[in-house]
Amino acid sequence: MLQIHNLSAAVADKPILNDLTLTINAGEIHAIMGPNGAGKSTLGYVLGGRPGYEVTGGSVAFNGQDLLALAPHERAAAGLFLGFQYPVEIPGVSFVQFLRESLNAQRRARGEEPLSGGAFLKLAREQAALLRLDMEMLKRPVNVGFSGGEKKRAEMVQMGILDPRLAILDETDSGLDIDALRICGEGINAIMRKPDKAVLLITHYQRLLDYVKPDFVHVLAGGKIIRSGGADLALELEEHGYEPAL
Amino acid sequence: MNDIAPIKDQAARDAAARAADYEHGWSSDIEQEYGPKGLSEDTVRYISAKKDEPEWMLDWRLKAYRHWLTMPTPDWAKLNIPPIDYQAAYYWAAPKTKPKLGSLDEVDPEILRVYAKLGIPLEEQKVLAGVEGARKIAVDAVFDSVSVATTFRKELEAAGVIFRSISEAIREYPDQVRKWLGKVVPMADNYFSALNCAVFSDGTFVYIPEGVRCPMELSTYFRINAENTGQFERTLIVADKGSYVSYLEGCTAPMRDENQLHAAVVELVAMDDAEIKYSTVQNWYPGDAEGKGGIYNFVTKRALCQGKRSKVSWTQVETGSAITWKYPSCVLNGEDSVGEFYSVAVTNNHQQADTGTKMIHNARGTRSTIISKGISAGHSNNTYRGLVRIGAAAEGSRNFTQCDSLLLGADCGAHTVPYIEVRNPSAQIEHEATTSKISDDQMFYAQARGLGMEEAVALIVNGFAKEVLQQLPMEFAVEAQKLLGISLEGSVG
Ligand SMILES: Nc1ncnc2c1ncn2[C@@H]1O[C@H](COP(=O)(O)OP(=O)(O)OP(=O)(O)O)[C@@H](O)[C@H]1O
Ligand SMILES: [Mg+2]
Repeated sequence: MLQIHNLSAAVADKPILNDLTLTINAGEIHAIMGPNGAGKSTLGYVLGGRPGYEVTGGSVAFNGQDLLALAPHERAAAGLFLGFQYPVEIPGVSFVQFLRESLNAQRRARGEEPLSGGAFLKLAREQAALLRLDMEMLKRPVNVGFSGGEKKRAEMVQMGILDPRLAILDETDSGLDIDALRICGEGINAIMRKPDKAVLLITHYQRLLDYVKPDFVHVLAGGKIIRSGGADLALELEEHGYEPAL
Repeated sequence: MNDIAPIKDQAARDAAARAADYEHGWSSDIEQEYGPKGLSEDTVRYISAKKDEPEWMLDWRLKAYRHWLTMPTPDWAKLNIPPIDYQAAYYWAAPKTKPKLGSLDEVDPEILRVYAKLGIPLEEQKVLAGVEGARKIAVDAVFDSVSVATTFRKELEAAGVIFRSISEAIREYPDQVRKWLGKVVPMADNYFSALNCAVFSDGTFVYIPEGVRCPMELSTYFRINAENTGQFERTLIVADKGSYVSYLEGCTAPMRDENQLHAAVVELVAMDDAEIKYSTVQNWYPGDAEGKGGIYNFVTKRALCQGKRSKVSWTQVETGSAITWKYPSCVLNGEDSVGEFYSVAVTNNHQQADTGTKMIHNARGTRSTIISKGISAGHSNNTYRGLVRIGAAAEGSRNFTQCDSLLLGADCGAHTVPYIEVRNPSAQIEHEATTSKISDDQMFYAQARGLGMEEAVALIVNGFAKEVLQQLPMEFAVEAQKLLGISLEGSVG
């Protein structure tokens, strides 16, 4: 599904990613761990196409397409979803309006019929219920006044509504309380654990991986993947830290 | 649901999509009859005669004209106004085949076609066939200078509401018109109001009788069609005791190379416990991307809250015109009367807007609210200029002002110029102002969810303007939202 080959990227002329190579197949769940400042969020932004994140080398294929040639919204329409480490507030625009316009923009780009207001609300209600987020919250402006945990939960509702093929989830677990962690973990499984989908989880802790069992765990440090393993690697890192790996 | 939205017209929408060109930039082939070129006493007499006006009206016009001659042209600090050649314009243009008023069948089909293209529901059945529960709107369309058709007249008459072109009203209700014409905005108020008094061509008169809630929203669509004709409408709305009316004013003009002058005067009067809600969506031709062409929009709008507990609400969405100079104001003469001003002004490319309000508190317990949202893009300049004056008698009066500016790009300007004059120490005045930019974070977040760059800007800008947009009647709100997006096309990226 996703082939990252020798990817290098810079932010403000500062090289952050160095020859990073990673392949994710359909049906797989990958976790990326690594020290602060290693470049994990940068990888997500580069894959999402954020302006200012300059690709200086390498290639990324997404379902056979040259991902790096697409504009950010085209990547979304192609099935890429980015769960943000710090979700952004948009005053005056309700989640319902935001997501309906986003979904319909994606659908138009794919040549599908836009969803009617009624059909969209039904979908939104189902996904909110799955994440146990009060539907009323989706009528509020995007992320404005949401607590840290609520924002993360709303990110998962957005993922459920947009129904992507590949989700890159940047520290979805941070800020979540114990119950919310389980609910979000179960939500990720319900939405994304499918043979034709894949997930890249960026996380610092084992706790989310207790609910969303990864097939592969990678350590990102110094802008590249320095170690890969199975689910056990996360437990090992939790016990010994990154020092031995570095 | 929204028959009046001009952008609903597929052809027009496609045209807009093609080049971010002005959407209503076409002109139709209706035969026009012109008055004499240039401005003189003869021009004034010609207009008055054409309209079969009574003697007092001609005298009033001539007096205004003579006064206008003595006035210097205004010089506004933030506006860069090229000189206007008043002798090069026509002051009267009417469709040659003047249709009988009141019957749609007799209206020139070409005119109906023009309005159909704008999406105006002149045909009654179109409105009636609208979505269940859709409010009815009576439309008095001003095609250049003459009002060509009025709908729903019967239903309004049954309620005792007078909704007429001002020329008709001058003939049919001379006493009512004379009582208030020029009383809210005096003839000599400013350069452009004096000019309007002298040469106003048509406009609207509304009277809502005591205790009547107007059974539908009233709407006038202005459309400037002929080349080189300034347009000078005159609107007078009188709401008698305990009455209510919501009035919608929509404007579009086709593309012209030369600048066209638009100098309207709107006067509102609210008696005891009366309420007037006046909403404007203005999308006149703003000129091209280089700043060539476009409408000069110098409008004087003022409301007299004459009665106790009377209320006037101005809501405006200003996206068009090359230059806008406009301060819808409220003179709060009645005790506990209320004035409100909600404004969204968008400027792009080389547009200049200098707009705001004046809230004049003359009586005890008066309250006013000002919410202004300015959005600037391109090389444009957007100024909020507002006056809050608390008179000595205005015991316990209050004002709340909030001015927010949103900048798109680095070459545009936003300015906030508040004037506050307080002559009564018991008054409470609050003023808040913010200036912000659309953040890269917001843009990327929206794009990462699937929105294109311009869709993302439109969405964020609509969120910024929401407090104002939600004041608009629903039919207008939908149109206004789309207009915001259209007027900012090409402003990012
Ligand atoms: N705009 C910028 N200008 C300069 N340096 C930047 C900029 N953005 C990010 N960086 C740097 O890039 C490096 C990688 O940042 P990134 O956010 O990808 O780290 P991370 O692995 O996600 O860390 P964390 O675990 O703390 O979230 C950091 O050293 C950061 O300071
Ligand atoms: Mg990070």
